[in-house]
Amino acid sequence: MPELLMGNEAIARGALEAGIRVATAYPGTPASEIMATLMRFGPGAGVYAEWSVNEKVAVEIAAGAAYAGARAMASMKQMGLNVAADAVMSLAYIGVKGGLVLVVADDPGPHSSQTEQDTRLFARFAKLPVLDPSCPREAYEMTKYAFDLSETLGLPVIVRPTTRTCHACQDVALGTIPPRPPVPGFEKDPRWVIMPSLSARQHVWLNRQQRRAGEEFTNSPFNEVRLNSPAGVITSGLSYYYVTEAGEHLGVKLSLLKIGTPYPLPEKLVVNFLKQVERVLIVEEQEPVVEDQVIRLAWRHRLPVEIDGKHNGYLPREGEFNPDIVAAALARFLAIQPAGTPDRPGTPTLPARPPLLCAGCPHRGSFYAFKQAARDRKVILTGDIGCYTLGAAPPLEAMDTCLCMGAGLGLAQGLARVQPDTRLVAFVGDSTFFHAGLPPLVNAVHQQTPIVVVVLDNETTAMTGHQPHPGLATGTRQKKIDISQVARACGVETILTADPLNLEETLAVANQALAAPGPALVILRHPCPQVAKPAGRYQVDETACIGCHTCIKELGCPALRPDGNGVQIAATCTGCGLCSQICPVAAIEEVV
Amino acid sequence: MKKMSNDVLNVLLVGVGGQGTILAGRVLSRAAISLGGEVKVSDIHGMAQRGGSVVTQVRFGPRVYAPVIAPGTADFLVAFEKLEARRWLPYLKAGGCLIVNDQEMPPLPVLTGAATYPADLVAVMGKLVQNLVVLDALDLARRAGNVKTVNMVLMGALARRLSISREAWEEALAASVPERFLEVNKKAFNLGWEQ
Repeated sequence: MPELLMGNEAIARGALEAGIRVATAYPGTPASEIMATLMRFGPGAGVYAEWSVNEKVAVEIAAGAAYAGARAMASMKQMGLNVAADAVMSLAYIGVKGGLVLVVADDPGPHSSQTEQDTRLFARFAKLPVLDPSCPREAYEMTKYAFDLSETLGLPVIVRPTTRTCHACQDVALGTIPPRPPVPGFEKDPRWVIMPSLSARQHVWLNRQQRRAGEEFTNSPFNEVRLNSPAGVITSGLSYYYVTEAGEHLGVKLSLLKIGTPYPLPEKLVVNFLKQVERVLIVEEQEPVVEDQVIRLAWRHRLPVEIDGKHNGYLPREGEFNPDIVAAALARFLAIQPAGTPDRPGTPTLPARPPLLCAGCPHRGSFYAFKQAARDRKVILTGDIGCYTLGAAPPLEAMDTCLCMGAGLGLAQGLARVQPDTRLVAFVGDSTFFHAGLPPLVNAVHQQTPIVVVVLDNETTAMTGHQPHPGLATGTRQKKIDISQVARACGVETILTADPLNLEETLAVANQALAAPGPALVILRHPCPQVAKPAGRYQVDETACIGCHTCIKELGCPALRPDGNGVQIAATCTGCGLCSQICPVAAIEEVV
Repeated sequence: MKKMSNDVLNVLLVGVGGQGTILAGRVLSRAAISLGGEVKVSDIHGMAQRGGSVVTQVRFGPRVYAPVIAPGTADFLVAFEKLEARRWLPYLKAGGCLIVNDQEMPPLPVLTGAATYPADLVAVMGKLVQNLVVLDALDLARRAGNVKTVNMVLMGALARRLSISREAWEEALAASVPERFLEVNKKAFNLGWEQ
């Protein structure tokens, strides 16, 4: 009986069946469930699995295991690969002994990311083979295969699913999880020590491996040729299914080259296909990775084939594909009547429903207090990635910049250097503090740049699904790292702590930090309401409420609703009590 | 009229982040596996789950290609909230069935007074959709014993209109819900079925 698996679960399962020893990751949508699954099933199968402090460390740990000949995997979202890039680029030159697979999830849309970067392009830049699964079932098969390929080539291999594979579920027929093979062990050898002279030699080897990988892919079951007509489609990844569906829908039978190995492209396979068609449409989400390689091959082999795709506007380079976008491109390519959207009721202008901080979220108190403290001062509030990015939205509007993990601390220092009359406050989450906040904190102290770093410590990595981080000890053999001790050891002189759901206390701390002469660090600690038990509930005393709606307008808490001239507190209230602290007539009271 | 792959059933579950569309989609797709064909489900995790507009897309049939549903092709639109029902209505195909929870969850712009929650949504949609099922899933969930089982009430109402066996639904529920919550979820499912 096949099991319904999410793409991320299928990838984890594939790795377990391939005999991994070590699995590492840092949380990031849409990749997080890979490690969540490995944490659940890995230890029982003899796999060491950990949430690492960031993606660079995760890759290095996995690489270390692969140096000793064990199979290892690091998983991350696409921007995590940027963090790990330093290790990955050099690792391509050094190579591995045991199979090393990097699963990097892309997020066209984007649904939950800062960029729409294409990891296939990154793979090409790093000169690493990349597999592009079209569905969870193929993601499972590809993950298993990727370990063999990595060992055949002596190179790390990238598996690159997109959101619609990571978070799609499909029935998958599973194999068995074999016992772990013994680890051959690390052998001391100059090949592990990168030096310019070694790099020069290894670069030649690495380039040779590109051709070898392309040859390996010529007979790969993940690439598929169907010859039906002089008009053909070359498609990579998930787009294969959009093409199939659109073809059926339009009632056309086309020649098809399905690519599961977008880099390096299997040259012979592609050239043979191009020789047998007159025109091709290239359908791939994100960047024209396959298209660029096909154009190069067609030119070099002097093939008189017409190539349509992103470069001549048949398909967009931005955003996520869907059946309609691909059907329209296919209809245009074939010069047939597009199917047209069915005549359905349109959508009137409806109120938007943006995501927002949960009822009881401690970040609401942190932002509210710092906004209050900043009222009579010139202040810029920088931030970064996490639930707390939602603090940028009205009514709190407590974040003036968001760039990438940990960037709030660095940007604040640059702004402080050119705007000495402005106080800089950098918000950073607890998990993000460890991930990317330490180097910029050290920098601020060393250079004595007077920024206020505010660690929003909700004791979890909330946005991605409540993963642990080094500030907690969830495992039996873990040591908890205390943020205030870290700051003290880094030389921060002003270190303050408050409960962000206690406004008076938090406001006092905010004022004190803003008045500090040098770099200051404030820890605002309260557990995430999605994890902690609710403290209770609050209610509105109707006789006292004057209907000013201050609580609703200033806090934007989803549990507070206008109710005629009064306010109603919904059942989602967790009893955080912030609203009762700002009510001008003390009309909100705890339910006892 | 536009048709996706032959004999594929498209079900769109829409609601507000936190209402449990993902779990509902999981139960539906596990039940649909019993039909012997293919199943594909597509969710969006991450930021939208924090109270944003969310959608789970479930497709099943002999062969399922795309993991997402094109506008105007959903056989069923199951809306966990009224405003979301209207937002996603263009996805329902002509003659498709709209199952809507008669619950109003005002989004932030409405709460802060920047926008108004549309009036008479059910009546308006009744004019646009012939096959409309309206139920108070929140009240039924409360009667089942847990307000968080709105999702299973709606799955019960959907199940009644699909040709998946009761046993398959029960197995899917047991495979998807922690044991200590199974009874209350079953009760909610049954209350939805009776609607």
